[in-house]
Amino acid sequence: MSLLEIRDLKVTFGGLDALSGLNFHVDEGEIVSVIGPNGAGKTTFFNAISGLVPPTEGEIDFEGESILGLDPSIVTSLGIARTFQNVRLFPNMTVLENVMVAQHCRTNQLLVGALLQTKAFKKEEREIRERAEEVLGFFGHRLIGYRMDQPAFALSYANRRRLEIARAMATQPRMLLLDEPVAGMNPIETIELTEMIGRLRTEWGFTIVVIEHDMKVVRDVSDRVVVLDHGVPIAQGSYDEVSTDPDVIEAYLGRPVEAAS
Amino acid sequence: MNVRVAPTPSSILDQDWSKVLRWGLICGGALIAICLVGMPVEMDRRILIERYLSLGYLSVLFIPVLVGWVASTQVVLEGVEARKQGLFDLVTGFVVGAIGGGFLALLMVALDSWNLRDPLVNWSPKLFRFLTYENGMGFGAVAWIVTGAVLGLVGASFHIMPRVVRRVTTFVVFGLISLSILESVIDDLSEGFRLEWLDEFMFAKKGGLTLTSTIVIGAVIGVLSLVADGRMKAATERYRNLEGVERQKTSIVLFVVVAVLCIVLPMFLGKIVNELLANVGLFLLLALGLNIVVGLAGLLDLGYVAFFAVGGYTTAVLTSPNSPWFAPELHFGFALIFVVIFATITGLVIGAPVIRMRGDYLAIVTLGFGEIIRLLFMSDWLGPYFGGAQGVTNIPGVDLGFATVKGTDPRSVFYLVLFFCAIAIYVSWRLQASRLGRAWMAIREDEQVAEAMGINTVSSKLMAFVVGAVLASFSGAVLAAKVGSVFPTSFMILVSIIILVVVIVGGMGNIAGVMVGSFVLIGVLGGPKQPGLLQEFQNFKLLIYGLLLVFMMLKRPEGLVPSARRSRELHQEEFLQDAWLQGDKLDSDDEVSVSDGGGEEQ
Amino acid sequence: MAVDRFLTFIRVFLVTMIVVGVLAFIWQQIDADNVFARWRNPNARGLTGDQFKGLLISGLSQGSMYGLIALGYSMVYGVLGFINFAHGEVFMVGAMTGFIASDKFQANGMWEENFVLCLALIVLMAIFFSTFTAVVMERVAYRPLRNSPRLIPLITSIGVSFFVQNLVLGLFGPSSKSYPRLPEWLAKQRSILTFEIAGTRLMVLVVAAVSMAVLWYVVERTKTGRAMRAVAEDKEIASLMGIDVNRTIVTTFAVGGAMAGVGGILWGLMFRSVTHMTGFLPGVKAFTSAVVGGIGNMGGAMAGGISLGSAESIAPMLILEPLGVPGVSQLKDAVAFTVLVLVLLFKPSGLFGERLSSEDRA
Repeated sequence: MSLLEIRDLKVTFGGLDALSGLNFHVDEGEIVSVIGPNGAGKTTFFNAISGLVPPTEGEIDFEGESILGLDPSIVTSLGIARTFQNVRLFPNMTVLENVMVAQHCRTNQLLVGALLQTKAFKKEEREIRERAEEVLGFFGHRLIGYRMDQPAFALSYANRRRLEIARAMATQPRMLLLDEPVAGMNPIETIELTEMIGRLRTEWGFTIVVIEHDMKVVRDVSDRVVVLDHGVPIAQGSYDEVSTDPDVIEAYLGRPVEAAS
Repeated sequence: MNVRVAPTPSSILDQDWSKVLRWGLICGGALIAICLVGMPVEMDRRILIERYLSLGYLSVLFIPVLVGWVASTQVVLEGVEARKQGLFDLVTGFVVGAIGGGFLALLMVALDSWNLRDPLVNWSPKLFRFLTYENGMGFGAVAWIVTGAVLGLVGASFHIMPRVVRRVTTFVVFGLISLSILESVIDDLSEGFRLEWLDEFMFAKKGGLTLTSTIVIGAVIGVLSLVADGRMKAATERYRNLEGVERQKTSIVLFVVVAVLCIVLPMFLGKIVNELLANVGLFLLLALGLNIVVGLAGLLDLGYVAFFAVGGYTTAVLTSPNSPWFAPELHFGFALIFVVIFATITGLVIGAPVIRMRGDYLAIVTLGFGEIIRLLFMSDWLGPYFGGAQGVTNIPGVDLGFATVKGTDPRSVFYLVLFFCAIAIYVSWRLQASRLGRAWMAIREDEQVAEAMGINTVSSKLMAFVVGAVLASFSGAVLAAKVGSVFPTSFMILVSIIILVVVIVGGMGNIAGVMVGSFVLIGVLGGPKQPGLLQEFQNFKLLIYGLLLVFMMLKRPEGLVPSARRSRELHQEEFLQDAWLQGDKLDSDDEVSVSDGGGEEQ
Repeated sequence: MAVDRFLTFIRVFLVTMIVVGVLAFIWQQIDADNVFARWRNPNARGLTGDQFKGLLISGLSQGSMYGLIALGYSMVYGVLGFINFAHGEVFMVGAMTGFIASDKFQANGMWEENFVLCLALIVLMAIFFSTFTAVVMERVAYRPLRNSPRLIPLITSIGVSFFVQNLVLGLFGPSSKSYPRLPEWLAKQRSILTFEIAGTRLMVLVVAAVSMAVLWYVVERTKTGRAMRAVAEDKEIASLMGIDVNRTIVTTFAVGGAMAGVGGILWGLMFRSVTHMTGFLPGVKAFTSAVVGGIGNMGGAMAGGISLGSAESIAPMLILEPLGVPGVSQLKDAVAFTVLVLVLLFKPSGLFGERLSSEDRA
């Protein structure tokens, strides 16, 4: 059974089909890339899975259970975490706090614990902090040390993208949805992050779905590639298969001009 | 980098006359408005310095100083060096003040020539006499123009004064005014500590500082401010740089000192001042609760007074023998349990519908709920249960076994309120650094993303509502016991708004800020109906509250005592710029050096 | 989720109450002494047709005044995305101006001699001062906050509202100001299509309708109106198209202020008494009307106003009294707030749909 299974997904916005007839599955431990020209509906796809946008039709099953129409916070607690295309951190919270708050759905101390400073509360706070440092440590020395207490808005662009991923990791998901993780990064950072995505699978055991435009990344990272165009899947397969598929080329580059005669 | 210098005017007459005119108009307009609103005449009663300065005159005189200062402030762009300020700016201030004074002179003429008493209630001979210093119109007109000009000049000169002079002047002026305001407190304290001679020395019989004491104390403050100059700065720097455990220890010490003061001082203060303190305490409790709802969770609850009412009425019904329908006459302590229960229920009932609404809709709907609750308590329909417009009377005080807390003994009320405030402070403090507090912060930052990170925004927001509701209801309970009766008129929207002003002016999200806000605003100016230290402000405090709110939002939204976080939040660019200017290592992207084959960043 | 179930319960409860109330009312009309009436409301008298029509007329006229004020709320929200809490005070300033002016006119006899001229003059003066107040508000308090998070201008507007209220209190005193009487030929009762309507109310309806028509023309047919609509859609794009966004926003405030000023005069002539607090309650109700009709939507604002006015007028007698609630006229205001809650729960985008810029849509 696939970890994530999507059948006939359709999302309509004001008369326009952002997604239609989408069938998709991800098996545990896979890294699947979703590519397509701009406006193809890729982020809408993520939004539909994570519950931010209600699908018009179709089914979304995670671990065998339907997650269609569930609130985003419940989807996250069930094990799907995501990053945002236009990095949406909590800008005025520190790096550490960003990652600590992401563990909200995995912890349960309430009002009473905080007020009475019970042992259970203190223990949980410690664990939250430790786990946060562990996640941040994945990115080397960039997000730890004095950086942990800096507000998120003070980070450089690349570090913000990394924090975004760290935050998603902290929700202890089974599946990560990464929306253009290397957008705007320079070549060195891109190479590094590509390698990290691989390590996310091998060291941390996440199943990963990646939206990307950078084909080198797609080639180096994916087990499988799905191509969307105008909300419809037009190709699926390995990177080599897909990159030579004429439909895909046409979607990106347009139909070649017919010879004049 | 080329640093440009702002253009230097060729002569003192090379003023930006349109700007000068504009500020002069503003000065004049403000002066006329203050006069016509009735401030000077009303506040003339209160003498700040015997024979020389009354609060009424101060309220008029400070305007040209202020406007003169603002008008001659240079607005300089980043990277441009400011030109040296000098005579040019003095002239600006001078002219602006003169124009303002001129307006007053015109007002005087108008007062003499026409009678506009009909719409403008403060258009009176008293105002005329005030303006003319009782010396005739000609004298008055000249006096005001000259006074205005001189004061404007003084205001402008603040830019030019050497730092030391500026510092000393500010301290002396504010110090003297504060002492004068605190006259009743000092009266009581000197009586309590048997230091009557000090009181006699400082204050004249009719009120206000004596001339001699003004000079002496002024000199003392001046000297002190000089001496303490470097030291205070060093001390604040040291405090700011404390980290972790050290900071905690200092904070605890500070807190203990304040707590001890709060417990000890009331014993030496008289009834009136204690009554004031009790009032401040009640509003402080409300403000602490609203601080959690607005400051921590970011929910603008304009109907907060509803929870105040629920607490008051629950206590009234359960403890008073005069309760119309059901009079179990429970002890306050038992009633408190029900207060918490009902406050929680009300919090949930009001919170549930509004929780998913946009911020501004939430504000208006909660306002509506606040009004609905008041209307219900006031209605004839529920009259048999809650007494309608007559309310519920004869609420007994709180019998604590070793003492009774009643309205006639304001000191006891203050201590009771202090107890609840302590609870509120503790709750705020603990919640901020907890899982719930972080969830609230995240919701405030970006609610959609907070949801995506697994936070159940609905239950988190409801929790905020409930906590706020319970704290407000405590205040309502104490109010009921203190006053001995509850009426629907005690629970108007006005209360919610004033609490909001206190929270925002003091410092949203910050306990110390809220405390300062309550003491300064409610203590000095007064609450919705209760007067503060300066009773003369009774008719004008709402005006000042409105003005303060607008001013703070425009200039200093983080409040008087901002939390470091809030200050950082509202001035992000400044924070980054400061770090850059100080040469801090700001985070930057990894360096690209392909030849290194994968370089690391700094 | 427990919250959703609770909300559904509330909706069901309220709808049931309304339905039961209406049914009880109808039954009461048919048989004044029926079982239910005897149980819940033994003093019930029910409504005669004339009484009902009277309530309807008063509701409509009140509602059209709410509508005029609501236009200002709606337009400002459409353009800047926040509630101008102080708009109620703009309305009050108009009413006050009208009072001062009409009082002077009456004192020197012009009011009786040349009423039409006086009326025109006070309307113009009210429009002037209301517009002035609104424009100054925008310039001083709201423009610097153009890019702040949305709650900050709202809080500022609360401060402005407070300030204006108390400034007027300070200047003119707390006593209630009364407008002079309307001349008999205008105020007399008329009979139109079986409706008995006082001349004053008729005038209110007519003036409101005319103002709406003028506004519609300005917004839909003039260049300024087009600019206003463009800025309401998307400020950035509008400025890229060459529209002076600042000036357009000022115009929006001015037009909203003018409408509120007219509303103020009508209110003063209708109820003949004005105080510094006159703006508060109608302000909130006008905002409710704007939301009910769909915020940002001008036709909706007027429609919302009329609906709210009618509901406020009729509901106490129609629903509450048959259910046995005594003293229903006190609860009129509660009706308005309940309508707000209901609309925001059932259909937050309002009856006619909201029109907001893309950045303001939550």
